Amino acid sequence: MSDQIDGGLRSELQRQGIWVTSMEELYNWGRKNSIWPLQFGLACCAIEMIATAASRYDIARFGGEVFRPSPRQADLMIVAGTVTKKMAPQIVRLYNQMPDPKYVISMGACAISGGPFKQGYNVLKGIDRYIPVDVYIPGCPPRPEALLHAFMELQRKIDSQKLTGNAKAEHLDPMQPSEFPVPAFGAHDLEPAANPRLFQPPKIERS
Amino acid sequence: MNTTEMLQPPPAMTSRLDGELMEVSMGPQHPSTHGVFRMNVALDGEMVVKLKPVFGYLHRNHEKIGENTSYLGSMPYTDRLDYFCSMTNNWAYALSVEKLAGIEVPERAEYLRVILAELTRLQNHASLLGFLLSDMGAWGTPLMYAFREREKILDLFESLSGSRMMCDYMRFGGCRVDAGPDWMERAKKIVDLFPKFLDEFEKLILSNEIVIMRTQEVGKLSAELAINAGMTGPMLRACGVNYDIRKVDGYGFYPRFKFRVPLGEHGDCYDRLMMRALEMHESVGILKQAMEQIPAGPVMNPKVKIRAFRPPVGEAYGRIEGPKGELGFYLISDGGTNPYRYRVRPPSFINLTVLEDLCLGHTVADVMVILGSVDIVLGEVDR
Repeated sequence: MSDQIDGGLRSELQRQGIWVTSMEELYNWGRKNSIWPLQFGLACCAIEMIATAASRYDIARFGGEVFRPSPRQADLMIVAGTVTKKMAPQIVRLYNQMPDPKYVISMGACAISGGPFKQGYNVLKGIDRYIPVDVYIPGCPPRPEALLHAFMELQRKIDSQKLTGNAKAEHLDPMQPSEFPVPAFGAHDLEPAANPRLFQPPKIERS
Repeated sequence: MNTTEMLQPPPAMTSRLDGELMEVSMGPQHPSTHGVFRMNVALDGEMVVKLKPVFGYLHRNHEKIGENTSYLGSMPYTDRLDYFCSMTNNWAYALSVEKLAGIEVPERAEYLRVILAELTRLQNHASLLGFLLSDMGAWGTPLMYAFREREKILDLFESLSGSRMMCDYMRFGGCRVDAGPDWMERAKKIVDLFPKFLDEFEKLILSNEIVIMRTQEVGKLSAELAINAGMTGPMLRACGVNYDIRKVDGYGFYPRFKFRVPLGEHGDCYDRLMMRALEMHESVGILKQAMEQIPAGPVMNPKVKIRAFRPPVGEAYGRIEGPKGELGFYLISDGGTNPYRYRVRPPSFINLTVLEDLCLGHTVADVMVILGSVDIVLGEVDR
């Protein structure tokens, strides 16, 4: 809701058939109701993602049914499944190919932190080491309802983004990067191990 | 094989006035590769002259983790092997541990296992047909129909085990919880209604000219090559080889049920597709018999020590007929709490080895249909 317009005046005008809104509200309303996800599954969670798109859970009710196979046409990347160290560079590359504004949902325990496979030598311990994540969904795999909830949270986030002023959305700030360096295989592991701009290992404080 | 070798035209092509071969990388992000599978394809125009699969994009160290986890601790990991069929994965693993330690399974548990395995087969084959048709361009409808049926079966799994996909239901020496009478009633209703869906779906498949044109005579596999390459499951039976581990091994209580093993004739994509449809009919038959015969009683062998479980020194290979083929677990025990060696024989990985032979000489659009008809799940291929 725009703060500039008085609520009473607004509803009075609406009764007369006049709908008053702000540019920001209209723009965000349009954006949040037609999020096109990237059709891209990694592992088990992808099946729940397909189930969410199927008729029973029907993500089309929220305007997210247009799964695009090309990152160039997608707004949202649902990282659904275990990210291995072989796959991580491709995911960052796909993210870089998406046009701004772009959002990321990290679906499932594996995409958040490596999940049950965290001890594996080939499993990335969370995709947020390389790309910024907007919504995390825990679960192994999360239920379709959880994905819908994450989708609604994302819509709420998009709705609250400002177009002007100091607190404007990140993608409108030319100083904010929209592409991130793609990790490569070094001598032992992926290098760099994380993007320091996005991820710092948690500091454990001992008293 | 390096790029220059790949780009060598085959001898038959040299007389034509062709240009260069084109190398295309399909995947790992591709709508039809069923996960993160990648193929390097060399194309002459539209024809595939070379195909090289690239694996490992979902290698999650399953076997290494299995060797570092207790026997019980590996059970949830088996759910995530072939994430469509967690129940059959559980069964195969439980069967090998039972063989290793010589554990008896109560009668009711064996029946429950058969029921759940056949339900898994139904939902796996239904979703496969949906995916296969959507790879052919029937975008949406068949997959929606398949998932509508799948959701009903997943509801059954959920009310029994607490999870839709990752059931973690079976234990060495039985099953975790018993299915109540209301569960059995619901399952009966769903199984009774399933043939209706099958008839509807088969009408869509059988009479559709596009499906017939796209699948018949595409990706032909000879029985000889299938046997030599170690194919199992519907892939092998589509070539006309009568080999079903439910009949051959007679594990569980399968010898008690009357069912036929459908066999193909040509070994092409159409036969493989039909094999799934026909197997679903047989599964419905097995389910009806099992639900009729299931006795009352315990579902867990009380003598089995689940925690700090230490099987005797030895090795065992347990295998079942999973929806995709022979799923086996090979375990070596050194008497400790963890297996010394834990090896999975994944059906979809071994069925995938003939992919190049199937695809050569077909167009690039057929590659997707052939790959879809192999029925792979990347969690199992890469492990």
